[in-house]
Amino acid sequence: MKVSKRLAILGGLTALAVVAMPLVGRHGLPLSVLADFGGTDPAAIIFWQIRVPRVLAAFVGGAGLALGGAVFQAIFRNPLATPYTLGVASGASLGVALASRFGLSLIVIGLSTTSVAAFAGALLAIGVVWALTRLRPELSSTTLLLAGVAMNFFFSSVILFAQYTASLGDSYQIVRWLMGGLGGVDMGTLLRMAPVVAIGGAVVIWHARELDLLATGSEIAASRGVAVAPTRTLLFLATSVMVGGVVAACGPVGFVGMMAPHICRLVVGSNHRALLPASVLFGGAFLVLCDTAARLVLFPAELPVGVITAFLGAPFFLWLLVRQPGFGRRR
Amino acid sequence: MNGAIITEGLSVVFGETEILHEVSMTVARGEFLSVIGPNGAGKSTLLRCLDGILEPSTGRVLIDRRPIADFSRRELARTVSYVPQPDAGPLDYSVRSFVEMGRFPHISAWAALTDADAEAVADAMELTEVDGFADRTMSSLSGGERQRASIAAALAQGGSILLLDEPTSFLDYRHQVQILDLLDRLHCDQGLTVVAVTHDLNSTVASSDSVLALKEGRVAATGKPADLLDSDALAAIYETDFRLIAGGHRGLPLVLPARNGS
Repeated sequence: MKVSKRLAILGGLTALAVVAMPLVGRHGLPLSVLADFGGTDPAAIIFWQIRVPRVLAAFVGGAGLALGGAVFQAIFRNPLATPYTLGVASGASLGVALASRFGLSLIVIGLSTTSVAAFAGALLAIGVVWALTRLRPELSSTTLLLAGVAMNFFFSSVILFAQYTASLGDSYQIVRWLMGGLGGVDMGTLLRMAPVVAIGGAVVIWHARELDLLATGSEIAASRGVAVAPTRTLLFLATSVMVGGVVAACGPVGFVGMMAPHICRLVVGSNHRALLPASVLFGGAFLVLCDTAARLVLFPAELPVGVITAFLGAPFFLWLLVRQPGFGRRR
Repeated sequence: MNGAIITEGLSVVFGETEILHEVSMTVARGEFLSVIGPNGAGKSTLLRCLDGILEPSTGRVLIDRRPIADFSRRELARTVSYVPQPDAGPLDYSVRSFVEMGRFPHISAWAALTDADAEAVADAMELTEVDGFADRTMSSLSGGERQRASIAAALAQGGSILLLDEPTSFLDYRHQVQILDLLDRLHCDQGLTVVAVTHDLNSTVASSDSVLALKEGRVAATGKPADLLDSDALAAIYETDFRLIAGGHRGLPLVLPARNGS
């Protein structure tokens, strides 16, 4: 089957998920709410003011995380590279843990303390990796990933300290945030996150051909006409801010960033002009489905979506691996 | 047809180590130059400087009399292409996609390939005889096939200068002959300037128009293949003895390193 046809099918399934999932819930909604935008009927309010923003936020968040993984895997030439591996999520978590533990109030232009603390923490982690690449430009990507892993451990230990010495209530709040979830998402969250993801995503998708060349090696990329250092810097920063924005809104939802690009590679191949759109569609649809499951499984309580992503995603990835024996074989 | 290269006092220093020291040389358009020398002599570093991948610490490179620093990265890629040392790392692109990436300096983001691009890609694949396995992934190819695909991608760039780093290393004899025949065609029929770093004295060096020998980052000798395929000249470059036997390519002697007792 041609790649364009596969992308079209993926697009169709994604559109279906985004339209259908707001209708799904313990309170079944009549299809008539679709026409009742801005209505005062309880069903219309649930649909348009609660479920639609949440589903859209899940889509935007999943798309941003998946794109971020695809970009980092290409520019670091390593299948395990994601913004999370380099500390973006644990940096954000550190920010939230410290803000909760010390009762900081960081409300800026209508953003919640949690969002601000998470975003600041994510930028801190990026700053450390960035400084490392500036101080020692000869470091290999494997070494950088190791540095990221070391930083993750460091942030984790500070988070554990903050949690251990926090009150029971604060401690629960920290744990709950660490699991990631879209429970508190409203139209405002969506409107703050979407532009960050849209701008970051546009920068990334505009550089699809450069990503192909960077993935084949920086010398070949330079020789073919890519300005390697500035391009990598731009992609690194755009992606990090995008993923930082998603984490600030949704918490450190795992699995999507690392695995969604690999799943998409199995379906549409490595060419970034197909892989990036596929990552947007699949990452977004996947988080929408996982978030819907999170709403329903323990109803009326709600499961953090981070619990579900890996629970559903990992077996799905293994199934794809078994079905495609040519992928990732030893050479 | 363009393709002349001049370097003026090229030096490269990494930390305390000087890799290249004041290398000045001239390659005429359409010339086939072999660069030889012991391991660590700076051969690959010189090649990277010629493609602007590496910026020299002092000195400069001129392509068609124009300093390389005045070229944009894309502009330079339309003139000079580079085939790095054979690499066996995973590469999940089809041969066709990989060769199409060679057109990068000619197309803008998200624009489709034009007819001219498609023609350049088809020509490069035909010349290197990779069109028979265009849809296989790069990772699944043998060493010889992969090397030809790498050369095809460089040719698709459509430049007048082709730089190659050890193009025949790791290849069996049939594939070595294929690559050398291809280089002959590119340089004799298409008029490309070819610069190849090599340890292959009997085939690659014997096929070239001229030779540059580097030793410890300095130019140790330059001349025609006949001048350098000589036991004294080679002994001075490689610090080991050589024996010469009549009957090599183009009437040149065959050279082989002499061992104790031989």
